[in-house]
Amino acid sequence: MDLILVNIIDGLVTGLLLFMLSAGLTLIFSMMGVLNFAHASFYMLGAYFAYQISIALGFWMGLLLAPLIVGVMGAGVERYGLRRVHQYGHVPELIFTFGLALLIEELVQFVWGKNQLPYSVPDVLNFTAFSIAGNSIPAYKIFMIFISIAIFIGLLYILTRTRVGMIIQAALSYPRTVEALGHNVPLIFMGVFGVGTALAGVAGVIAGPVLGTFPGMAFVLGSIVFVTIVIGGLGSLWGALVASLLIGWITTFAKSYNIEMADILNGIGIGTPENLDENLFRDFWTITSPQIADILPYILMVLILIFRPSGLFGKRHS
Amino acid sequence: MTDQITTDPTKPSQRMRAGSMTLTFGPWIVAAVLLAVLPFIFTNNSSITIMNQMWITVIFALAYNMLLGQGGMLSFGHAVYAGVGGFACMHIMNASDFFAALPLPVLPVFGGLFGMGLAIIVGSFSTRSAGTVFAMISLGVGELIAACSVIIVAFFGGEEGVSGDRTYAMPFFGTEFLQQIEVYYLISGWVLISAALMYLWSRTPVGRMSNAVRDNPERAEFLGYSARWVRFYSFVASGFFAGVAGGLFAINYEILTEENLNTTSSGIILLVTFLGGVGFFFGPIIGAIAFTLLQTVLSLQTELWAFYAGTLFVATVMFFPGGLAGLMMMHVPVFRLGKARVLIRPYLKTLLPALIGILGLSALVEMVFHVRHAAYGDDEMTLFWTTFNSHDILPWVIAIGVTAVALGITRATAPALREAWNDANTAGGSA
Repeated sequence: MDLILVNIIDGLVTGLLLFMLSAGLTLIFSMMGVLNFAHASFYMLGAYFAYQISIALGFWMGLLLAPLIVGVMGAGVERYGLRRVHQYGHVPELIFTFGLALLIEELVQFVWGKNQLPYSVPDVLNFTAFSIAGNSIPAYKIFMIFISIAIFIGLLYILTRTRVGMIIQAALSYPRTVEALGHNVPLIFMGVFGVGTALAGVAGVIAGPVLGTFPGMAFVLGSIVFVTIVIGGLGSLWGALVASLLIGWITTFAKSYNIEMADILNGIGIGTPENLDENLFRDFWTITSPQIADILPYILMVLILIFRPSGLFGKRHS
Repeated sequence: MTDQITTDPTKPSQRMRAGSMTLTFGPWIVAAVLLAVLPFIFTNNSSITIMNQMWITVIFALAYNMLLGQGGMLSFGHAVYAGVGGFACMHIMNASDFFAALPLPVLPVFGGLFGMGLAIIVGSFSTRSAGTVFAMISLGVGELIAACSVIIVAFFGGEEGVSGDRTYAMPFFGTEFLQQIEVYYLISGWVLISAALMYLWSRTPVGRMSNAVRDNPERAEFLGYSARWVRFYSFVASGFFAGVAGGLFAINYEILTEENLNTTSSGIILLVTFLGGVGFFFGPIIGAIAFTLLQTVLSLQTELWAFYAGTLFVATVMFFPGGLAGLMMMHVPVFRLGKARVLIRPYLKTLLPALIGILGLSALVEMVFHVRHAAYGDDEMTLFWTTFNSHDILPWVIAIGVTAVALGITRATAPALREAWNDANTAGGSA
């Protein structure tokens, strides 16, 4: 029971982190209709910038400045890269962001090298908040949860309660009409792209110390973020939230409980074949849940795409 | 219903003009002669190794372009089909009794069949729609199978992969494929056969419909074709040829690992194909040759070759979405008008400084990299056959100066080139 509580907290941290990335990505998708493959690269840039700033000015300035820089870079990418490629169609746009992801990874290796950086949790937050039956919960995890929830509430407030949010929502559905009303729609698009990448930057800043700041960090999280927004339904903010939490919990629980495939199959009445070592499916029988924890999201995504292509909360069939 | 318009195939004017099935033989004969002669020009072993890799990439890229260029389907997991075909061939190599009765040149067919089998399974659900959904499914399936390679050790061999020995095959007219050059001719033969087959495929009604579905699926449906099945056939055929490429990889390297399946390989083949140009059949061939050269030659010179390749890729997407093939084909009208001469001087004036500027930029990049990452005290670096101290001010001044001047000249002469280009593309005129 205690372990379940610990896992719930761990899964929540992972899920909220995923949500910070997927929220920006899903906003960008519903706006421009293009999946930004480089989104996780901005997350990585956030961590690297924050590390560089934290050396000189400390962790908190990093948390403040790094997302701003990342956001400006994201806006620049939209203005000078994506907008140019947009005229060629959707597939070149996808390919462009894919190439950008490759390029940013190489760039990061170029500037900071291939090794993991010693970016660590600030001393203020480096203590045990409380412990559940001997499992200590670090204060930094609680801090991550609070930051993510604060960002989610802020985002929801801006999108649904303010004038700017109203214009953005209108621009998502009827860009032509909004433009005719005198709003600068390309500017709105650029702004949303910048804010989305800045959110990814925030996620990078707070995840860097825990998950490690290394050139592969974008690749590790990148494809999971796509999986998240596809499962949640492309363009749906609530879907992104639900799918992020779902994936966070599924992977955490699968990792901490060792369930063997043989047990499941025996449970539904299929007997283990004799002399398993000779059997063609021997690896299938001995699969354990921690082994497949990292690919469970992909299985889930393929199943969702087959049976409900619009995702859990998606409205339209793209 | 008598006023219904029908086509009458007996009347020449109403005969459906599908792509003609006749093949112009010229380019193919040239290619065959070139393939046969190349090992006599580049005789050393390393260049034959490079060429082997090149031709395998050519087949794979052509197969990939059946999806991306001809069918408009963007796949992020196509290495899986090549990989599975290769692994299957590896297992056939290790099944000694069966392999001893099989001539080696036939082996890639089995690779192709396995790649096709997997493509049939995956394609049955992934080809229902093109665009983003297809791309996402391909990514998901790709990641799934790549991850399975560590879990399902019986087939994928886990971390160390599966290795075999090609020489146990039945001798093929006395050849046992002990030497690299014999493998070279095997691969060359397969390149010719598969390229010709893929070209013929693009001329069949299915290949033509694949283009139609790419451009306007709705209209193709109104014509009575199921867009989904057209996509499915292209997908399966592409899986077959990817599997053939995988089988050739197995023969050439005699080992397959997880690396042949993962997303990085899938990304590289996308890069190769797009660099070459997706709009023309021969685009991927150029892309494969250029990329393999870039990879093998440049990686000997600099650690940063992947950075340059990435830059080149992004620049291609942004400025030349037609790729290298598109750039070449842009000049066809100029030659038709007989005005190629008008372009020579402006080209020299602009492209030469541009080339120097780009080399200067890359020199600066290399110097920054050296200053940042070389071991402490190691100030010597060699660049363009000159050795100098990277911490001195003089090399920096020279590099920055040369780059700035060269790029300045490029900028200054660019308008003249644009004018010459417009002039060359107009019939008649002042020339």
